[in-house]
Amino acid sequence: MQLPLWPEAASAVAVDIDHLYIYLSLVSVVMSILIFGVIFIFAVKYRRRSESEIPQPIHGSLRLEIAWSIIPFLVMLTFFWWGAKIYFLNAVPPPNSLDVYVVGKQWMWKLQYPGGQREINELHAPIGRPVKLTLASEDVIHSFFIPALRIKHDVVPGHYDTMWFTADKPGRYHLFCAEYCGTEHSGMVGWVTIMEPKDYENWLAGGGNSGTMAEQGERLFEQLGCSGCHLLDRQGRGPTLRGLYGSRVQLTSGQSIQADDAYIRESILNPNAKLTAGYKPNVMPSFQGQISEEGILQLVVYIKSLATGNAPGAPQATNQGAAPHPAAVRTVSAQ
Amino acid sequence: MSTAIQEPEIKETPNYLNAEYGWKSWLFTTDHKRIAVLYLISISVMFALGGVFAMLIRLELLTPQGDLVNSDTYNKFFTMHGVTMIFFFLIPSIPATFGNFLVPMMIGAKDLAFPRINLLSWYIYIVGALFALAAIVMGGVDTGWTFYTPFSTTYSNTFVITAAVGVFIAGFSSILTGLNFIVTVHKMRAPGMTWGRLPLFVWANYATALIQVLGTPVVAITLALVGLERAFHIGIFDPAIGGDPILFQHMFWFYSHPAVYIMILPGMGVISELVTCFSRKGIFGYSFIAGSSLGIAIIGFLVWGHHMFVTGMSMYAGLYFSFLTMIVAVPSAIKVFNWTATMFRGSISYETPMLYAFGFIGLFTIGGLTGLFLGTLGMDVHLTDTYFVVAHFHYVMVGGMVVAYLGAMHFWWPKITGRMYPEGWGKFSALLVFAGFNLTFFPQFILGYLGQPRRYHAYAPEFQVLNVMSTAGASVLGLGFVIPLVYFLWSLRFGKAAGNNPWGAKGLEWTTQSPPTTFNFDETPIVTEEAYEYAKHEEAHVG
Repeated sequence: MQLPLWPEAASAVAVDIDHLYIYLSLVSVVMSILIFGVIFIFAVKYRRRSESEIPQPIHGSLRLEIAWSIIPFLVMLTFFWWGAKIYFLNAVPPPNSLDVYVVGKQWMWKLQYPGGQREINELHAPIGRPVKLTLASEDVIHSFFIPALRIKHDVVPGHYDTMWFTADKPGRYHLFCAEYCGTEHSGMVGWVTIMEPKDYENWLAGGGNSGTMAEQGERLFEQLGCSGCHLLDRQGRGPTLRGLYGSRVQLTSGQSIQADDAYIRESILNPNAKLTAGYKPNVMPSFQGQISEEGILQLVVYIKSLATGNAPGAPQATNQGAAPHPAAVRTVSAQ
Repeated sequence: MSTAIQEPEIKETPNYLNAEYGWKSWLFTTDHKRIAVLYLISISVMFALGGVFAMLIRLELLTPQGDLVNSDTYNKFFTMHGVTMIFFFLIPSIPATFGNFLVPMMIGAKDLAFPRINLLSWYIYIVGALFALAAIVMGGVDTGWTFYTPFSTTYSNTFVITAAVGVFIAGFSSILTGLNFIVTVHKMRAPGMTWGRLPLFVWANYATALIQVLGTPVVAITLALVGLERAFHIGIFDPAIGGDPILFQHMFWFYSHPAVYIMILPGMGVISELVTCFSRKGIFGYSFIAGSSLGIAIIGFLVWGHHMFVTGMSMYAGLYFSFLTMIVAVPSAIKVFNWTATMFRGSISYETPMLYAFGFIGLFTIGGLTGLFLGTLGMDVHLTDTYFVVAHFHYVMVGGMVVAYLGAMHFWWPKITGRMYPEGWGKFSALLVFAGFNLTFFPQFILGYLGQPRRYHAYAPEFQVLNVMSTAGASVLGLGFVIPLVYFLWSLRFGKAAGNNPWGAKGLEWTTQSPPTTFNFDETPIVTEEAYEYAKHEEAHVG
């Protein structure tokens, strides 16, 4: 019979969160013991000894009220500060992260790696390298939850969300959907396999042979007829996409916007929403309903590959520096 | 306090229960006390129904494979448990029963300000409850009580609109009760019953009423929009038709977080009454307890985003909501400390209501502290949507509100019915509730930190032992709820006469006969002393 009382921890962040949890628990235990202890002592010491006794009234004490408002609040501020620090340090993925693209749909997780490898309900990752997950949902809200890493993020339809981790302990860990998503919600589970970097490279090499994500995106780009208007080396009916990713785009509304994953997705599904300055509305049709979230992610990866001038198919992330990133740094431009 | 005191015998005296007979005299009554009894019966039925769903959930979770019922049925069980318990038991619970019965009596009034609106609110509640029951009978709902979009608007194949209409309608009942209380407390206080002399139970219900009136319309709008999108495909929340699912969460929690305080504030009001009475001593820090109720009601509107830390909300919004969550905990802490201080140098006796008050303080403290875990940003990322959340809010909702409700039942039962419940059985079942509750829900904190997600029909096998403990506890807890039901019914016939004031309590309601007459007081009482003046025991009584 198993009776686990503490979850496995497979990353430094998980250990940080354990420390915070221990701190919160200790403070709670101390506060509870204080309150319960005092109540217990009062209840025994001042128990009614005769039916006729009438205690003297004590109406209150401003000093006590201030003390028991301020002191607990200061303690709570330590909770707030520590929790906010962990949250901020882990909010933005480091720039050298390995990319993994995740699509949640009722009731499975579909994952794809830049090299084109696909998995269902399985995530493989090496130790020592930050791994960034880009999360998309095909239908309802899901939530990608890896207890051993103490991380979770909702997967919201219509949004791209990201989460990241740097694992440090090889093993096989639970993957759960944490946001109720319908009939087989509790079946939307899988495994996260954390591996030594060499094993990971071997595992990647054994993946599929249908091309990298960027190549698959390029094929979609041709199939859907995107290339007819978005010429790569000069202006067509639509703006050229070379160098687009990560640049600032001037919009007809007068605003400008960073061309990121979410912008590209929105422009595919709802081209009129953020029209590039100098282009007319209603020229490009909406691709809503004609392309899956996985297809959109492949297109995004393809367009991203055009930013750096990399030929599609060049390994994107697997050959970059392996230093784990100590703190989050927001990178806004293409590498 | 100056009211003529009646003799303790109850048999022959005319009172609100024997003033008229027949079903019409109940269904067309405008007496706040009879309406309170109607509510008491109705919400007890809904509590029993929600309890049956809870037991079915716990039975299913005895084994990890999900082998008792299929997934769809399980999903309906937890949805209907949540919908019936939250919207049809917890939200009306204390205000609609004890608030209805006691607020006019505590302030020396004959009735609420709008007796017919009061009756209307009960009928509206019944219509709402019938919709909810219809949704259950037709085949159930599987969205969870939170009705998250786009699942509820596009993907669920169950009776979402029927259930949402039920909740929508019941909301108006809540608004009308709140409105009635606000006007009553402002306009109907007896001479001398200043704001500074109001019993703390009245303050708590007043603060609750403010939230009901200001918050409930928002959930009504939100559910109406869910219905519009589901029925007519108007794109509001579903991104496939141009909406945003996060918008729903903002609107839903804007009400549903304050609704947590609708559920707990009246319970806190009960505890203030119980602690003073059974310590036979005035409350410590009256104005801080009263003020903290208002503080909770106001700040409670500003913290809803702490339900959404992992939705991709801005980090800076996260900071704001986390910080305010810490602030909203302060008034709750103030109450706990003041109750404790009230016992200092008191004369404490341990009748059943006081046992429930002790239980409340203990369980609510744990519920509140674990709420701070969830309000702490980095911690919430791991804990949210796990069993830790389930344990936390059951500590507040059951350990807090239901325990306070049971305390109130035992405390005011003699006033409502004129009969005493059997004290020995009362104490026994109070201990059962306390033990069963902790055995049910404490293991769920551990399960949550281990990572078991909420709303799972089947779960990882290593979580089984803790789940079995939880189910065992639920059986004890269920028994702890059934025993009082039996002895309360028994006492209606066989309980010994209570007399006007069996606890030696202060408060105008105890100066009336038990059960009270239809108009509560023979003449309007004139209040000449502060609340809870236990030291001025006898002399000031008959004026």
